[in-house]
Amino acid sequence: MDWNTIFVTTVKASIGLETVVYALAAIGINIQFGYAGLLNFGQAAFLGVAAYGMAVTVATFHLPFWLGILIGLAATIVLAFLLGIPTLRLRADYLAIVTIAAAEIVRLVFRSVKFSSVFGGSDGRQNFSGDFFAMNPYSPGTYGIGPISFNERVTWVLTVGWVLIAITCGLVYLLMKSPWGRVLKAIREDEDAVRSLGKNVFSYKMQALVLGGVVGCLGGFLFALGQASVQPDLFSTEFTFYAYTIVILGGAARVFSPVVGAALFWVLLVFVGNTLSEAVSAGLLPSLFTVNNIGAVRFMLVGLGLMLLLIFRPQGIFGDKREIALDAR
Amino acid sequence: MHADTTPARKAAALAAFAGLDREPGVAKPDPILVVDKVVRRFGGLTAVDVDHVEVQRGSITALIGPNGAGKTTFFNQLTGFDSADEGSWAFNGKQLKGVPAHRVARAGMVRTFQLTKALSKLTVMENMRLGAQNQRGENFFRALIPGSWRRQEDEITERAEELLERFKLDAKRDDFAGSLSGGQRKLLEMARALMVGPELVMLDEPMAGVNPALTQSLLGHVKDLREEGMTVLFVEHDMDMVRDISDWVIVMAQGNVIAEGPPDTIMSDPRVIDAYLGAHHDAPMSAEEFEEQLQEAEAELESEIEEKA
Repeated sequence: MDWNTIFVTTVKASIGLETVVYALAAIGINIQFGYAGLLNFGQAAFLGVAAYGMAVTVATFHLPFWLGILIGLAATIVLAFLLGIPTLRLRADYLAIVTIAAAEIVRLVFRSVKFSSVFGGSDGRQNFSGDFFAMNPYSPGTYGIGPISFNERVTWVLTVGWVLIAITCGLVYLLMKSPWGRVLKAIREDEDAVRSLGKNVFSYKMQALVLGGVVGCLGGFLFALGQASVQPDLFSTEFTFYAYTIVILGGAARVFSPVVGAALFWVLLVFVGNTLSEAVSAGLLPSLFTVNNIGAVRFMLVGLGLMLLLIFRPQGIFGDKREIALDAR
Repeated sequence: MHADTTPARKAAALAAFAGLDREPGVAKPDPILVVDKVVRRFGGLTAVDVDHVEVQRGSITALIGPNGAGKTTFFNQLTGFDSADEGSWAFNGKQLKGVPAHRVARAGMVRTFQLTKALSKLTVMENMRLGAQNQRGENFFRALIPGSWRRQEDEITERAEELLERFKLDAKRDDFAGSLSGGQRKLLEMARALMVGPELVMLDEPMAGVNPALTQSLLGHVKDLREEGMTVLFVEHDMDMVRDISDWVIVMAQGNVIAEGPPDTIMSDPRVIDAYLGAHHDAPMSAEEFEEQLQEAEAELESEIEEKA
């Protein structure tokens, strides 16, 4: 058992690329679901259209990087309107159904053979991150404390990522303290009551959907840039469900809960995964467990841990127990 | 001496109704709300079919009727929560058909709900603040600059505190609305509606599910609305309450307005008794009716005998 390796990979996971991407996706979901009560089950599609918008602009059409970012952003906003206009006047479940279907449609279009000249089929797109890394202020080398360090490319991606997280958290904090946030939280509780008080509920729901999508799309850009590649299957439905898990783990409708939730989620996954694989190679586990199946066992154990957490702390890490008690009344 | 104890607005409201006809749709001297030919069908069922009705400004008008008479559906039409199939209605002369609910509220016609809609996970104070109109901080971009809405928020808070004190909810200021009792929620909902600054307050069964100890205080608050110059239209089943606080009563049955009148005499109107208890529920059968039924029965018997033969 190499505890040193387990420790280093676990600590790195707490601030790594996955944590950053999932934190941004979860901040978006927290705005939509945690504050406004919108069930957007298609967050993966918002990240997907942003990542592909940028990647395709640069890699397929050889246009500038910043134009790619703009196109990704525009695609996200268009997607939000496309999903929101027909469903936000209806009951909450309709948005859930439409978004989950739309996310799959988006993914299947990206990987389709017909459009492979544009989106690159199941291989996706590469060679679009040059301009981003050309802006890298870090000179080649490793940055960090002792063994917990990253090379200059990863450090640059993580720097941008954590700055974006800080900015969006500040934005969410300001918004949710304001009367705007109050309307959003009221809509989550009962939208008819909000309507009877003279607020345009549809408009606020749309604003929340767009804002949550745009925050998520930042995660999409980073996902693509951090891996220097986009593939359609990165944006499958389980991506969205992990992001939901993260929000609930941290405690819905709290500013920092998606960030801490994302870090904890990935720490758990990496720690359990690495410990298991070390234990298997050291022959500490019964022969039932092999290198091939511990990946699945890892998810089972993490799932079990999350279930226990929700049973014994249903409000999440930052949640307020009194709020959960209100639901039981 | 009795006239002295009657508040001025009540006297004015009663004077306005004096000598009015008891027919459905009777014209009022100064109507705030005029409804014409509103129809709402659900498939084959006509839930609401109101030919004409007017609500007098500055009065407390009750809307009563047996279960299923279409009162709540009618309420939903008027406040924009449901769309009417036909008809038109004007509030302060402004046509409201097809106007969405939030614009109806902004125009000054604010409703409460039969099943109270307290916003559970917001505090009592946040519930109140939400009611205020034209808030600068409710715009996305201005929300990001606290300085642009702080002062208005302070004014709103002050107004909310006055109202909470009046409704005896000031001690609950920072509690979650979800932790209030049923009656307190009704009070909160009414207070929150007042934050909008309405001209016409529409109360859908304000007494439903309220502890009797709170009933008197709620009644007092409804009367206060009129004293402050607001108009109240409310749906209620409790006839004692209707008699106690209303100046005028409109009776609905099977979607139609069937009678109107002052509260002390309306319940003795034969049309109202019929609607509540069914026509001819206690009238003795007349000789002609008896003869007719006898002949029908005999004819039936004869036809049966002929069939067998």
